[in-house]
Amino acid sequence: MRRKRGLSDAQFAYLLLLPAVFLFGLVILYPVARNVYLSFQEKSITTGMAEHFAGLKHYGKIFTSDLRFRQALGNTVYFTVVSVAIEFILGLAFALLLDLSFRGRNFARASVILPWALPTAVMAMAWRWIYHDVYGVANDLLLRLGILKEAVAWLGQHPLAMHAAIFSDVWKTTSFMALMFLAGLQPIPQDLYAAASIDGAGIWGRFRHITLPLLRPVMVLALLFRSLQAFAVFDLIWVLTQGGPGGTTETLSVYLYSYTFRYLNLGYGAALSMAIFSLTLIIIFVILLFRKEEVELG
Amino acid sequence: MKRKRFLSIGIALGVGVVVLFSLAPFLWQVVTSLKPSNEIFSRPVRYIPSHLDLSAYVKIFSRHPFARQILNSVFIACAGTFLCLFASSLASYALARLRLRGGRGFLLFLLFLSLFPPVVLIVPLYEMVSTFGLMNNYLALIIPYAALNVPFATWVLTSFFRQIPEALEDAAKVDGLSRLGILVRIILPLSAPALATTAILVFIFCWNEFLFALTFMTRATSRTVPVGIAMLSGASQYEIPWDQISAATVLTTLPLVAFVVLSERRIVEGLTAGAVKG
Repeated sequence: MRRKRGLSDAQFAYLLLLPAVFLFGLVILYPVARNVYLSFQEKSITTGMAEHFAGLKHYGKIFTSDLRFRQALGNTVYFTVVSVAIEFILGLAFALLLDLSFRGRNFARASVILPWALPTAVMAMAWRWIYHDVYGVANDLLLRLGILKEAVAWLGQHPLAMHAAIFSDVWKTTSFMALMFLAGLQPIPQDLYAAASIDGAGIWGRFRHITLPLLRPVMVLALLFRSLQAFAVFDLIWVLTQGGPGGTTETLSVYLYSYTFRYLNLGYGAALSMAIFSLTLIIIFVILLFRKEEVELG
Repeated sequence: MKRKRFLSIGIALGVGVVVLFSLAPFLWQVVTSLKPSNEIFSRPVRYIPSHLDLSAYVKIFSRHPFARQILNSVFIACAGTFLCLFASSLASYALARLRLRGGRGFLLFLLFLSLFPPVVLIVPLYEMVSTFGLMNNYLALIIPYAALNVPFATWVLTSFFRQIPEALEDAAKVDGLSRLGILVRIILPLSAPALATTAILVFIFCWNEFLFALTFMTRATSRTVPVGIAMLSGASQYEIPWDQISAATVLTTLPLVAFVVLSERRIVEGLTAGAVKG
C-alpha cells in the first residue's frame, strides 16, 4: 500500500538506516580506508605531520627488517594459541558442570560470568597486585604450600611474564567460552541422552557421540570470537607489563600502539594496522574452514 | 545410592573450585581495600585484616579526581549506550520490516567488520579526533563506543523485531498510526526486554573500554575510571598506591557485580543471541 504523501517505504527505510550507517561509516569504514591510504605515506613528527608519498617503504620494512614486529607476531600467536586452547577446554568443563542441576546454580553461573563483565584494565591491576614480587599473594601461597622455594618476579622475567599474562587471560575469558557452550547445551534434547543410555552408551560415549557433534557449531563460533579477541589483546598486556620485560610479552596491538604514539609515526602505524588487519582476515578464513568442512560432512 | 552421593559431592567440589577461581581475584581486592596500610605491605601476607580500615576509600577521593572520573564514565557510558540503541533500533526496524534489498548482506558485512581488532582504527581516529579538536571531549568516546556496538545491537534487535506479529502493525495502521508512530508506540514498548538486554551489554562494553579512553583522554580529570585506575600513581612514578587501587577497583566493579547478579539470565541470553540464532 503506497501512500500519496510523504516517503515511500524504501525511502523511509533508508532514512531509518541513516544514523547507523553514519556512525559506522565515520568510526569504521572511513578509518579502514584511511589506513590503506596512510600506509603508503610518510607522516610523523619528523615530517612535521605533513604527508609525503612513501610507496611500499613501510610494507618493505615490516616484511624484511622489522625485528620488533616479528617478535610481537610470535608473542601474539603464542599468547593466542595457548590461552584459547586452555580456555576452550576449561570453558567446556565449566559449561558441562553448570548445566547440571544443583542448589545455588544461579549463584554459580553469576560468579562465572563476573570475570567477563569486569573491566580488563582494572582487573589487570588486580593481577599485578597478585603477582607483586614482594607482597603478592601468588608468591605467598606458593611459598606456604612449599611449591616455591623463594619468591619469584612473576612479571619481571622471561618466559614467566608471558605465562602469567596467559593465566590472567584464562581467568578473564574462560567465562565467555563457558557461556557460549552453556547456551549451546540448552537445545540438546534430553531424550537423546536417555535413548543412548538404553542403547548402552556410557557417560563418555554420550559425550563423544551426542554432546560434541551437536555443540560443534557453537564451538566454531566461540573459537572464532575468542581467537580474534586474544589476537587483538591490548588492555591486559598494557597494564600488566607494557610489553616487557625486553619485549617478551609485547603483542601486535601493544607494539602498534607504543610505536605509533611514541613518535606519532602515523604512516608506519597505518601500515602496521594493515598488517594486523590482513592477519585477522587469515584467522577468520582458517577458522571458518572448520565450519565448511562440517557442512560438507552433512 | 552410595554412588549418587559420591557424585553429588563431586559436583559440589567442582562447583566450589569453579566459583572460587572466578571470584578470588575480585575478593582479594575487597580484602586489600579494607586492610590498614601497614598490613597491605607485610610479609608473610595477612589474609584476614586485624581490623577494618576504610582510609583507602577516603584517600582515593581526596588525593585523586576519582569522583570526577566516575562521573565521566557514567555520562559517557550512558550517552554511548543511548546513541547506540537509538541508531540500532531505527536500523533494525528498517531491516526487519521494510523489505530492503541486500539488508541481510549489509548486516553481515557490518558484523564481519566488527570482528577486527579495534587497535587498527586507532591511527585514523586519532587523526580525526585531533583535527576536530576533540581531545579530552566526551564526544571522542561516545561516538566510537556507539558505533562499535551498532552491528551487534542491530543484529539482536532485528531478530527480535521479526518475532513481533505483523498483524499488530496492520491493526495500528488501520487506526491511523504513522510508520514512525508504529515504531515508537508499538514495536519499541513490545521490545523492552530485548532493548534492556542489549543496553546492559553495550553499557558494560562502554564502562570497560580502555584503548580509546587511554588515547583520547589525556587529562586526569577527563579520564574514565579504567584508565584512571590503571594510571594511578603515588608520590613517585614507581610508588604504586595499591590500597587506593583496590578501593577504586571495588567501587567501580560493584555496579557491575550488581548488574551480573540481577540480570545473569539476560546477559547469557543476549551474549549468545547471535551465536545460537545465527
